[in-house]
Amino acid sequence: MGMVNKRRRAWPGATLVALLLMTTAASAQDLLVRGATVATASARGNVEDADVLVQGGIIRAVGRGLSAPAGVPVVEGKGRMLTPALFGGITEIGIEEVSGESSTVDSALKIGEQPLRPEFDVTLAYNPASVLIPVARLDGIGFTALGAATGGGFVAGQGGVVRFDGSADPIGPRALFLRLGAAASELTGQSRAAQWMLLQQMVDEARGQVDADSPHALLTPAGRRTLARYLSGQGRIVVEVDRAADIRQLLRWAAREKVKIAIAGGAEAWQLAPQLAAAKVPVFVDALGNLPTTFDQIGATLENAARLQRAGVPVAFAQRDDASHNARKMRQLAGNAVANGLPWADGLAGLTRVPAEVLGVADQIGSIEPGKRADLVLWEGDPLDVAHYAEQVWLGGRAMPMRSRQTELRDRYLQRNAQP
Amino acid sequence: MTSTLLRAGLGLALVSLSTAPAVGASRFVADPYPSTYQAHPDGPLLIQNATVLTGTGQRLDNADVLLRDGRIIAVGDALQVDASVTRINADGKWVTPGLIDVHSHLGVYPSPGVGAHSDGNEMTAPVTANVWAEHSVWPQDPGFQAALAGGVTSMQVLPGSANLVGGRGVTLKNVPATTYQAMKFPGAPWGLKMACGENPKRVYGGGKGVAPATRMGNVAGYRAAFIDAADYIAKNKPKPAKRKGWFGSDKGDSAGDAGGKRDLKLDTLAGAIQGDIRVHIHCYRADEMATMLDLSKEFGFKVAAFHHGVEAYKLADRLAAEGVCGALWADWWGFKMEAFDGIAENIALVDRPKNSCAIVHSDSPEGIQRLNQEAAKVMAAARRAHMPEIAPERAITWMTANAAKALGIEAQTGTLEAGKMADVVIWNGNPFSSYALAEQVFVDGRRVYDRSTPPATPRSDFQLGQELR
Repeated sequence: MGMVNKRRRAWPGATLVALLLMTTAASAQDLLVRGATVATASARGNVEDADVLVQGGIIRAVGRGLSAPAGVPVVEGKGRMLTPALFGGITEIGIEEVSGESSTVDSALKIGEQPLRPEFDVTLAYNPASVLIPVARLDGIGFTALGAATGGGFVAGQGGVVRFDGSADPIGPRALFLRLGAAASELTGQSRAAQWMLLQQMVDEARGQVDADSPHALLTPAGRRTLARYLSGQGRIVVEVDRAADIRQLLRWAAREKVKIAIAGGAEAWQLAPQLAAAKVPVFVDALGNLPTTFDQIGATLENAARLQRAGVPVAFAQRDDASHNARKMRQLAGNAVANGLPWADGLAGLTRVPAEVLGVADQIGSIEPGKRADLVLWEGDPLDVAHYAEQVWLGGRAMPMRSRQTELRDRYLQRNAQP
Repeated sequence: MTSTLLRAGLGLALVSLSTAPAVGASRFVADPYPSTYQAHPDGPLLIQNATVLTGTGQRLDNADVLLRDGRIIAVGDALQVDASVTRINADGKWVTPGLIDVHSHLGVYPSPGVGAHSDGNEMTAPVTANVWAEHSVWPQDPGFQAALAGGVTSMQVLPGSANLVGGRGVTLKNVPATTYQAMKFPGAPWGLKMACGENPKRVYGGGKGVAPATRMGNVAGYRAAFIDAADYIAKNKPKPAKRKGWFGSDKGDSAGDAGGKRDLKLDTLAGAIQGDIRVHIHCYRADEMATMLDLSKEFGFKVAAFHHGVEAYKLADRLAAEGVCGALWADWWGFKMEAFDGIAENIALVDRPKNSCAIVHSDSPEGIQRLNQEAAKVMAAARRAHMPEIAPERAITWMTANAAKALGIEAQTGTLEAGKMADVVIWNGNPFSSYALAEQVFVDGRRVYDRSTPPATPRSDFQLGQELR
């Protein structure tokens, strides 16, 4: 935090940080936010004029009139909103630095022989020093789902949840990512029908119904073990799929094999909202997708999130285009979903609690409740409105520097003619 | 029909009727595919009690806007009109000029993105100044209607950026039509799309093993093309009038036209040099923009705007001083090396100098639907950076007046000034918000979008019947 520089008076959160620096006696992970509108993203909803006490990086209490134990720094939150740190979507943050430069991209596997490798785990490539992390964090994003991208096979591999506090390792269970429909047709013999054929064979292999030394095996022994874990209900299978007909097949498959799935994208998911709700299948909605970008998305609508929510489907958000570098756009997705009928609380939940639940980390993050990690954001205004910004982010109760490579560039050129 | 060609002999004149230019006198910008756009204004309309952002930098609270015969008639307090004028009470609403996107690929890269409609990049040679984006526009792209719901009333559709010189862009009015000619903005100059940096060298050197393979190859490619164009202009200089025969049919004397064989590629480049075609350059890096400014001086053309310009903030003063617009995103960055230095305050910094011309552009069928939100992001980022507050009346110019200026249509649209086209948006509130929705959109005084009556919303032929089971 010792980066306050007189030359850069213009950086946000300066007052807050100055306050924190003055109270060095307390742990760097202690904090009392006073008098904020606390959007808990829990059953308590928004609590006006409330305090949040953080000790040892954990939320200890949420309520009115809390007092700060000796040495615990106080941050004035009056007139501002405090939310859980936001979900950055399903991204490649930390596993791609410059999308167009393959030497910096580790998100997809392309192995010619035996391309179907569920054992592939992108979290092993995660770089917590990526410059994308402070950029996202500056906009209030505290965690993301690292997703394996499809390279050589429609079963892309595994990813997991990382927090943007500089830690190197994922938290919670792994998730398995796969893609269905037209977008994966090239990888499955030019037909989406083959996706079910191949998936069935993989399931049979993982369940031991195919000889381990069969010349037709799709999976390696490690792949069988990995897939078997998901088939036994450990970890979520996140399926990128859009067309209603494919989602219908997916629901049948998931029910038959008794696997926990989530849908990512789901442009036409609203057409099967009751079935998704009944099967308790959550959807990561790309809430700005309203065009028939492909023939799988003919039914795309800005009301997708609202319709799913009304039917009882858990709604989270995820974007497709430039999801990593522009993870900060996630709150625009939520805001636009709200503008198109989603209740505000569900908009926030889709950026916090719901993705945490879906990804199996809700015991740690995603809401402001005692016992949870103090991953918090104090906002200058409504967090779902792009007209406002994050004033301060805390992860594990530690104030994050509200700086990034981008603010460094900005501050250099804010002074006119910094370079000829 | 102001063609100087008409001054030529009778026989030639008859032929040239169909190739009369829309604007200017040069044969380089003759238009054999002329606009058939027609305004169909509704009856006179008074929008009352709105917060009005005029696009001229003014904000008027509790103001009225009067539209009649497809034109803005007046903007001001408590306008008096007779009883026959339809009134809209816009209390609590905001009114702005129709938004203008200077960088769209709607129609040329339409939805759905099928191979059969992938018509935006003529990736067969690095200089394809001969191609015109309008000849690729599929008017049934559902993206046009989606953009309309976002308040976009005009846009420039450009070729893609695979080539050093990609071809001509066309400015369209965003109205549902069966032909692109019926959308073509009457009198708007064409744009010339050029591209710096990674794309051309990747597509040609990297992809095809031909020039250019490097940035120096890029610049050599532009220079070779403009050298040819300069030579073409010289060869096409009007020759001194010869004594005419009684029928006046000597071929070398068509005032401004030396009569040589036309070269479509050089027509376009010559039109750009002569200022009849606006030069729009896809260029990310500050150093490359500076190179392109030098190139423009070497060959005597003017750069209307740098597009994308994620590093425009690094030479904002120079852009303003040279009268070059920066058509930019709010937040795209990092997807390739030349976009690595993008910052959220780029547009604010480009907007800062005197005589600046900052523009919010989309280059995206999603982004074009919410240019207002892109601007809102910039306003928030500037506030976060403790820059002077950017007022809504300022920010609106980024997607109205400044965009119109870059496209050369500022005399017709882009502001709510008396006499301008009645291209108007009524918003449900402050447009600079995630929650902002365009409620009503007017093009030349005709209500072409009304959020309250979905059936009245235009749908493309492609979308028709898709929901039937």
